[in-house]
Amino acid sequence: MINRKTDILIIGAGPAGLAAAVAARESGVESVLVIEREKEPGGILRQCIHNGFGLHRFKEELTGPEYAQRDIDRASDLNIPVECSTTALSLSADRSVICVSAEKGLQHIEAGAVILAMGCRERPRGALCTPGTRCSGIYSAGTAQRFVNLEGFMPGKRVVILGSGDIGLIMARRMTLQGASVLACVEIMPYSSGLNRNIVQCLQDYNIPLYLNHTVTDISGRERLEGVTVSRVDQNRKPIPGTEIHFDCDTLLLSCGLIPENELSTGAGILLSPSTSGAVVDETFETNIPGIFSCGNVLHVHDLVDHVSAESQKAGASAAAFIRNKKHTTSFISVCDGDGVRGTVPQKIHRDADQEIQLMFRPTQVFRNSSAVIECDGQILSRKKAMIFTPGEMANIVLKPEMLNHVNGDSITVRMERN
Amino acid sequence: MDYKTDILIIGSGITGCALARELSGYQASVTVLEKGSDIAEGATKANSGIIHAGYDAMPGSLKAYYNVLGSSMYPSLCSQLNIPYRRCGALVIALDENEIKSVEALKKRGESNGVENLSLIGKDEILALEPNINPQVVCALNVPDSAIISPYEAAYAFADNAAVNNTTFLFDQTVENVIKNSNGFTVQTNSDTFHCHVVINCAGSFGAEIHNILCEEKLEMTHRRGQYYLLDRSSEQPFSRTVFQCPSHMGKGVLLTPTVHGNMLIGPTAEDISDPCDTATTAEGLSEIIRKAVRTWPALSVRQNITNFSGIRAHLNSGDFVVGQNKEVPGYFEAIGIESPGLSSAPAIARDLCRQVVDYMNLVRKEKTIVYQAPSCSFHDMSNEERASAVESDPAHGNIICRCEMVTEAEIRAAIHRPVGARTVDGVKRRTRAGMGRCQGGFCMPRVADIIAEETGIPLQKITKSGGSSFLLTGSIESYLKGESNHDQSEN
Repeated sequence: MINRKTDILIIGAGPAGLAAAVAARESGVESVLVIEREKEPGGILRQCIHNGFGLHRFKEELTGPEYAQRDIDRASDLNIPVECSTTALSLSADRSVICVSAEKGLQHIEAGAVILAMGCRERPRGALCTPGTRCSGIYSAGTAQRFVNLEGFMPGKRVVILGSGDIGLIMARRMTLQGASVLACVEIMPYSSGLNRNIVQCLQDYNIPLYLNHTVTDISGRERLEGVTVSRVDQNRKPIPGTEIHFDCDTLLLSCGLIPENELSTGAGILLSPSTSGAVVDETFETNIPGIFSCGNVLHVHDLVDHVSAESQKAGASAAAFIRNKKHTTSFISVCDGDGVRGTVPQKIHRDADQEIQLMFRPTQVFRNSSAVIECDGQILSRKKAMIFTPGEMANIVLKPEMLNHVNGDSITVRMERN
Repeated sequence: MDYKTDILIIGSGITGCALARELSGYQASVTVLEKGSDIAEGATKANSGIIHAGYDAMPGSLKAYYNVLGSSMYPSLCSQLNIPYRRCGALVIALDENEIKSVEALKKRGESNGVENLSLIGKDEILALEPNINPQVVCALNVPDSAIISPYEAAYAFADNAAVNNTTFLFDQTVENVIKNSNGFTVQTNSDTFHCHVVINCAGSFGAEIHNILCEEKLEMTHRRGQYYLLDRSSEQPFSRTVFQCPSHMGKGVLLTPTVHGNMLIGPTAEDISDPCDTATTAEGLSEIIRKAVRTWPALSVRQNITNFSGIRAHLNSGDFVVGQNKEVPGYFEAIGIESPGLSSAPAIARDLCRQVVDYMNLVRKEKTIVYQAPSCSFHDMSNEERASAVESDPAHGNIICRCEMVTEAEIRAAIHRPVGARTVDGVKRRTRAGMGRCQGGFCMPRVADIIAEETGIPLQKITKSGGSSFLLTGSIESYLKGESNHDQSEN
């Protein structure tokens, strides 16, 4: 087994890992190493060949591979080693990682700081407890995307999509363009969890009906999928008998949510938030284990890669600061989810934080003409108004360091307020 | 095509495979016909995976006899053949005063079946053993000799051992007719004709159907479906033993059990259905399991559920197993109605049937037989030192294909090259656990399909999930771009 040391080790070379690596190096840390389990860097962007990436960060519209390439090139310009086909097997609280590759065998890497950037996985059928047969033709949308865009194969011809997450919406269009018939997109909630622009450009432009308040209640087909039954649901998301619609289809794509891949993290004793399924972090993206940071979709699921990159740059810079022994001395203020808000990140803030902090969260439902507020002991510290807040789009509200002077207690709350 | 074989076994479930292994020690040609695309595709792949101690069956029944005998054979078989097996023990719990009587009756029945080490324990002792059990529990039958096994891996091990000793396994062979003639039998399948001296019916759910082709005295079978929840494996499972509910006014209860791989299995339902292939799960069945299981485990959460499945028990209406040479038709042997405790009984049934066939045909033992051991330790279960040397000896161990279950490329290639190797995505899954984890193959399935294609030469578009027309793919982008329509004929 090879033993190695590095100042900063980054697990995952998707957009989060690459942005963190570049930021760490630009903050002056020489010894930065990225490991990646796939054969090439770029993460899930490699299979996202549609455009719409980079509008915020680069002020232009890029495809997924183009966006990834910019980070890959930047890392390469800076001579940051990115070791691919290398899978991390375990992470310890002492910031060491065991990883394996065919080329180097088993390695034990001791790091001064670790940045977790493993991304997320799709929620499979089992997690939904959808009854029916266990035939072929049921794929998570990302798996289908990989088949179509990376391998050049079609996973089906007549398609129903369960869930209206962004990957599902993108695949509705992609499968249509490739000659398949997409019969319906079925969403159990009264609103889509995808971006509005994807509803318009991927469903409406192709006349694909979106069934809100509906779900798949039966799956039929012995060998290959032959059809699905879709039913309307009540307010408690329970199917209403008598509302069944049957679709003859050979493919069911699932786009029912993403789950941060935190199996390595829990092995190191990192505390996870039940709300985000990601690590509990402070405003520097440090977890409860000193020197281990988390960013990107392994921390909380984002809608836009631009925001992943921005967050990961901060995490990279923080890891560099940790290496330089720049420590906070004061205690934490915890950040709580209030009415209409879930998954606020960061979950805690150093009392002596000296920079602007973006509190990121998701509304629990659609809010029109409303405000997000930061509140402390009945006092509003900050307010952000908008025409609409939807669960499909992550929202944020800025906390300025001077506001922290007004915090007497141990916590602040982010909540929604109708105007 | 016409084939000749001395002995023809119909069905490659746990019984057929255990029998094939026994017979492979004798000088005779043995062929196993399977209607599915792989070993263990029926009840063997979808059951509770429990090696029962033997307290449940009626004293004097074949079920009682074979259960007690079979379960005593497993420990040495499993260590010899590397089959995942653990003597985890079991509790049958009584949740109110009425249920105590049932538990006491089970103890008595077990003792008359020859089951040892049975005892009744009280609430405190129960909660000390299994702290997550409903605190309303009043007493329990403690069954330390109950065990868990990976049932399909047992069938694979039996089949592999039969195959290395020259047993032929043929798949996608559905028996359509069996004719007795002067030399033995002619068996007609959907594709071929087989001439043999002896036919052994191990056809599971189709056992009665095949019996009734040959025999005047007909058998009637009921197909009884059982649905399950399978929870993700984690280091801290809520129960370390199998926990049964005793029969009550709520009907037959459900069980909760750890699996040998560290998952939790909850189920089964018991629904009589008409179609022996209808392994669908239903909303009613799944909610019934939860409703019943909370009686054992009030804190039950299915948040960790990774899949639901169901299996079909082959229940003979006469109640007991039918095992042995048929009285009407010499040379026709059968093992029918092998429902629970069929898994526990399989090695004993196989040994008995083998002995009878050997006597009937005057078979002589082979001078030498080979023992094939399944790959002994998965990469997931290795220490880091073992992993380091595994990658050193085969770099393909350095490529993790299934990230959830930590299955390497080398393990997947090895599964395809086992004596009865995997040909399908599900075949690889059950032999290696690739795709068994929390993402259910979302990441690894395309790579597993690529490896099967590489190793077997089957084109990627012909790779199936589990045989038949369960294809993964319906066309290539290339052919679409060439103008070949991707649409169904029905739409044109």
